[in-house]
Amino acid sequence: MLNMSTIVYVPRDSSALSVGAEKVASAISQEAAKRGMAVTIVRNGSRGLYWLETMVEVATDKGRVAYGPVKAADVSGLFEANFLNTEAASAKAHPLNLGLTEELAWLKQQQRLTFARVGITDPVSLEDYLAHDGYQGLKNALALSAADIVKTVTDSGLRGRGGAAFPTGIKWNTVLGCAADQKYIVCNADEGDSGTYSDRMIMENDPYVLIEGMTIAGIAVGATQGYIYLRSEYPHALAVLNEAIAKAEQAGYLGDKILGLPYGFNLEVRRAAGAYVCGEETSLLESLEGKRGLVRFKPPLPAIEGLFGKPTVVNNVISLATVPIILHKGAQYYADYGMGRSRGTLPIQLAGNIKQGGLVELAFGITLRELLYDYGGGSASGRPIKAVQVGGPLGAFLPESQFDTPLDYEAFSAIWAVLGHGGIVAFDDTVDMAKMARYAFEFCAIESCGKCTPCRIGSTRGVEVMDKIIAGTDRVKNIKLVRDLSDTMLNGSLCALGGMTPYPVLSAINHFPEDFNINDATV
Amino acid sequence: MQDTLIDQALSVQAGWTEKLDQLIAQYKSIPGALLPLLHAIQDELTYIPESAYPKIAQALSLSVAEVHGVVSFYHHFKTHKPGRHVLQICRAESCQAMGSEALEAHAKQCLSIDYHETSQDQAVTLEPVYCLGNCALSPAVMMDEEIFGRVSKADLEALIQDAIKTEAHA
Repeated sequence: MLNMSTIVYVPRDSSALSVGAEKVASAISQEAAKRGMAVTIVRNGSRGLYWLETMVEVATDKGRVAYGPVKAADVSGLFEANFLNTEAASAKAHPLNLGLTEELAWLKQQQRLTFARVGITDPVSLEDYLAHDGYQGLKNALALSAADIVKTVTDSGLRGRGGAAFPTGIKWNTVLGCAADQKYIVCNADEGDSGTYSDRMIMENDPYVLIEGMTIAGIAVGATQGYIYLRSEYPHALAVLNEAIAKAEQAGYLGDKILGLPYGFNLEVRRAAGAYVCGEETSLLESLEGKRGLVRFKPPLPAIEGLFGKPTVVNNVISLATVPIILHKGAQYYADYGMGRSRGTLPIQLAGNIKQGGLVELAFGITLRELLYDYGGGSASGRPIKAVQVGGPLGAFLPESQFDTPLDYEAFSAIWAVLGHGGIVAFDDTVDMAKMARYAFEFCAIESCGKCTPCRIGSTRGVEVMDKIIAGTDRVKNIKLVRDLSDTMLNGSLCALGGMTPYPVLSAINHFPEDFNINDATV
Repeated sequence: MQDTLIDQALSVQAGWTEKLDQLIAQYKSIPGALLPLLHAIQDELTYIPESAYPKIAQALSLSVAEVHGVVSFYHHFKTHKPGRHVLQICRAESCQAMGSEALEAHAKQCLSIDYHETSQDQAVTLEPVYCLGNCALSPAVMMDEEIFGRVSKADLEALIQDAIKTEAHA
């Protein structure tokens, strides 16, 4: 029936693995062997439609046909339905048949620039990367002067996707302008915010785009050594990155003479060790130097005195992974997406109590409501969505009345919220916001580096006061105390950990006073 | 004091002293060597014995207190041998929104232990974790280096029973 081997794609992304992708892959290969059918299984990345994982795709003349969510137990039924022959009526009628992947509305309506290849290619295949526009950005960068590369990044309007939203090109320009015998590119891959996984997806599913972005950064500012500081909770990303780096070295894309040219750039992955605060750039640098991750005073800026005292670019994974497409397609191409001062696209991550969780890359400007309902399909539990937390554990909780806010750095600032790294965690109406406020303080107490008093002591006092409020002791007085404490932490902390813990705390009180048993948010 | 440390070093595992020397030689010259070295030790032994501190300190020109300070700062580093398996349950917001609290309580009850403790049969050490990056498929847990999503109480119980029956992962 089939005279050549059919290509079947089964993701190797760790979220897909978490719901059984490995078992699905081996069931397909066993079942094919049993039936004497030739299949070639490619372990691709995930398309990011996580509620459909494990999503299996079959290559056809018209494109890939998707099936999902597939469990290992579904595999023999798929073979019975002749799923490798996607034209067969029985294959079309199979309940898990989703049709052509590219036609899935959830995917089709996205604007995937940074994630252009994610889910399509075999992550560790350099040939695949090159066949899908890989290293086109580097090629263009090599024809430009260092200053022109930096200018291209500046003109694109790219702002730090880690959360601080500082213009990437301006940071690079500072490092370019420093004279030093050694400079560094450091990739912050300590993605610790709950509700975020876009860095993990890039590293596991398209590692070469990060390697290429860091190489371009190195050439632009004159840095010859790069480090990826990767959280220890991501063992799959570690394995993929190390394999990709070794292959890039072998092919001459990394090393002392990149592609035989007089540019050197070497890259190494360093494992973090489970400290959330090391996602703060100066704490990260201390950790890379082999020390406790204590936050440094600024100035000096890391761009001037960073790793081992040398000028250092510290950028988030997504910022660096966006550089190749900017250099490939041009600054204007990227800047044409977005709104206001938020240019380009944001890889948004839908998480928590959401029916259709996954990765949505879109130009800035889409509203929370569209994301939660059009893409997310509402809550997973089927109950009303009561609150969302945007931007990780230091982000504000937003009530339904703010769901029409567009995703834009300035629009979020205006409602005392942050976009952060683009993670959106939904909660249904069973959530107790007083408990969430207590948790915010507790998390800060667990993760505080201890250097500054407002964060170290304030977080513990915050937990104690929240316990009193929850127990119903002197509620009004204690809420005033939480506000006072939050003011101290906001204004007196050394970094965002202590300085932004008040965002979830105060937004919970202000928007959900009923959960604190007070009727009036002005208390 | 020195004698106790030597005794401890001998009791770690056969050939450990030589292995430690080898790891130190391998890592001591790289920039910022301490964390990579500590990871290598923990990869080898599943924890970092205090008896290794003096040698590490000497090789990297640090004080023993500085080594201790670094080991104790990071949640990932363990100073005591964990059980044959380490079960991490995500406590972060996304998993809370999908019922991780019930999972935590269930794990503690199944194993009759609290966080940072090891079950009496030495099978499982229970640890909290703050995000595994599997937030679209919350709640999530990790057993050794294997990740699981959309975990129900029954799934968790099966995982724990499996861990109790099996030897340590390689």
